[in-house]
Amino acid sequence: MADEYLEVPPELSRNVFLTTLDAVYNWSRRSSLWPMMFGLACCAIEMIAVAAARYDLARFGMEVMRPSPRQADVMIVSGTVTKKMVPQIVRLYNQMPQPRYVVAMGACATGGGPFKEGYNVVSGVDKFIPVDVYIPGCPPTPEALLYGMMRLQEKIKRQSIKTVPWYQKGRDDIPVPVLGPDVLDLRRKDEIKAISAQIADSEKYLDRLAEKQRAS
Amino acid sequence: MVQEQAVVTEALPYNDVVPGAVIDRDGEALVVNREKLPELALHLRDVEGYDYLSSVTGVDNLTHPKRQGVERFEVVYHLYSTQRGGGPLVLKVRAPEEDPEIPSVVSIWPGADFQEREIWDLYGIRFPGHPNLRRILLWEGFNGHPMRKDWKEAYYEEEHKPYSSRWPYGHYPLDEYKYPWQEERAVYKDNLVFPKGFDPDQWQAPEVEYRLGQDLYRELEKLKTDRIVVNIGPQHPSTHGVFRMVVALEGETIVGLEPEMGYLHRNHEKIGERNTYLMNIPYTDRLDYINSMSNNLGYVLAVEKLMSKVEVPERAKYLRIIMAELTRVLNHMFAIGFLLNDLGAFFTPALYALEERELILDLFEAASGSRMMCNYMRPGGVAYDVSDDWVEQARKLVFDRLPRAIDELDNYLTENEILLARTKGVGYLSPQDAVAYSTSGPVLRGSGVAYDIRKAEPYCIYDRFDFDIVTEEGGDVYARYMVRIREARESLKILRQALRDLPGGPVIGKKKYTFRIPPGEAYQRIEAPKGELGFYLVSDGTANPYRYHVRSPSFINLTALGLMCVGHKVADSVGILGSIDIVLGEVDR
Repeated sequence: MADEYLEVPPELSRNVFLTTLDAVYNWSRRSSLWPMMFGLACCAIEMIAVAAARYDLARFGMEVMRPSPRQADVMIVSGTVTKKMVPQIVRLYNQMPQPRYVVAMGACATGGGPFKEGYNVVSGVDKFIPVDVYIPGCPPTPEALLYGMMRLQEKIKRQSIKTVPWYQKGRDDIPVPVLGPDVLDLRRKDEIKAISAQIADSEKYLDRLAEKQRAS
Repeated sequence: MVQEQAVVTEALPYNDVVPGAVIDRDGEALVVNREKLPELALHLRDVEGYDYLSSVTGVDNLTHPKRQGVERFEVVYHLYSTQRGGGPLVLKVRAPEEDPEIPSVVSIWPGADFQEREIWDLYGIRFPGHPNLRRILLWEGFNGHPMRKDWKEAYYEEEHKPYSSRWPYGHYPLDEYKYPWQEERAVYKDNLVFPKGFDPDQWQAPEVEYRLGQDLYRELEKLKTDRIVVNIGPQHPSTHGVFRMVVALEGETIVGLEPEMGYLHRNHEKIGERNTYLMNIPYTDRLDYINSMSNNLGYVLAVEKLMSKVEVPERAKYLRIIMAELTRVLNHMFAIGFLLNDLGAFFTPALYALEERELILDLFEAASGSRMMCNYMRPGGVAYDVSDDWVEQARKLVFDRLPRAIDELDNYLTENEILLARTKGVGYLSPQDAVAYSTSGPVLRGSGVAYDIRKAEPYCIYDRFDFDIVTEEGGDVYARYMVRIREARESLKILRQALRDLPGGPVIGKKKYTFRIPPGEAYQRIEAPKGELGFYLVSDGTANPYRYHVRSPSFINLTALGLMCVGHKVADSVGILGSIDIVLGEVDR
């Protein structure tokens, strides 16, 4: 357990070591991050490449990809999050046991990427679930994904069980979005109702924008 | 345009057999009276030999400057003959805005099934006679039909890119300084479009009925088993991405299967119609993200066809072939590795297959600057030249390493008892069905149909190389596996010849950043590793395509999935899916 947090006095080094609970707890957690076997799009192919022989995720204790969210620690959102898929992603996130982490891999998962303007694309997975590490790139190279996972390990190292959300009261599950005429985030229900009542429809708003554009 | 050309001097074809069917000509296409379409289709299939329906495309003529006065909706059919080979017969059927209905041709060419559903989903054109006309890429209840020209996204700014608001020192009519993010400018502060006065509390999702073969396997009903419906996916390790199969089971036997897709529908075509021609090339990389090079090639050839008279330098012609064939080797090894993964040989064969993939990707990175998303081809050539070192590396790979790698996979797997037991006789597709369901690539050739676009309708310089069309008679998973192994060897044969003959010289003429393409339309298809990849482009004379459609092999090959799976055990459905070799970026686009 070579770590700067763990100081062992010489006379005790063969018998006892002193540390904080946080250090042990975080060390054990960050040394065996199990990602969920969950690929969305192009980035998933690079994720497979990371797991394969040349880049070898196993060097960091992360090669145990679990197909079931119940056994996974970290969800690598590897690709474009579409509106049709987002209820499933939120459900998978809710099914993961805590502590759980989310890595947004690539431009699409971070903010919509090249497909942001598409009518079926969610502008980043962080609109729905909290993200710990963002990895830029389209797709990120395997090295970038490895670096992102190492940053996640560093983040875990800094956590303290006094403040982590999963020891606070109440659950932080996220309501699963509903596929209505468009994807409906239940947390924003009232807001959306108010806006739809207020604005006759979006096309009129767009007409106004176009008018403004012509005027300028 | 219709009224002017209605008085044509030459006789329109097929009117002697099906009177009143063909009413006009539009370029190369025949405009067909929609009432007569099924009758004409039957004649074309049975008498004229047009047995292969390649692509069905919807077009919205609303804002096309040359098509004012033409009925708003148009469906374009590209027909080929697998016996004769050669170019397409193009049919156009038009329908007015108030009555968007066109008779379905599913009963004549079952391969039209998913494509007609896609057109209903995105354009709202109904197909009376279609057995299962519901949305395919979006979900039931979605607000409107988004590919129509008057459907605007929440982040809509202008009709065409590059947006004037984004030009450096341009004017900023949308308060770009004040609200730099698109979310802040959108009505719902997000990428959302809700209908007028939408009340979330009143929303009820429409019921979805799956077509799960109620009348199939009647004899099983005597057993008095309960039929259960199982969902496989969209998050499932064996679905190669986000793909869902709704499976009806009697015990462990599949009695009905319906693929459910659209979980990666990222609006490729809508975005493509805003982009300029050049801007679309990187988007094509992300279609079939395992084979970005061959997607580039197909798109670039389609643009070149539309531009007409484009001179491609000799060296670029060879480089295109080299890249496309390296991609094919890569894809087939990848597909074999993951087929074995699906059959339960978890990750070991895939690791073997991925080893060589990395080496090929190194070559791609050296040539184009990116491992996966190469963005390498351009209309009129390729983007960058390759060095002599690169050619030397490629030679080493092609002459030495790759043949050994393919032999290695072959030795390990082909005679393997477990592989034989799991794949022989599983997922049978007869040659007749393979053609009727418009399957292509290794699926079609695995059913014994010798149809390869590189030979049937040669493009690029494939006519200069000596190679064979690979076919297997089995029609099962094993045959498709064998086609891939043998086809990779044929690709190496082409690669050896291409590397031997690679000439010097420039790789592209003058580099251009915008193209103005004369009005017209083009359909270009290539033999991509997964099958027939077609691009249908309509130009209205501006720098952006008016209509941009991708005929993706994975999507259309899936039409036959239900047929192949029924009667097998549920565990086999995973292997059958693996043998089709889909990529979800291309299925959902």
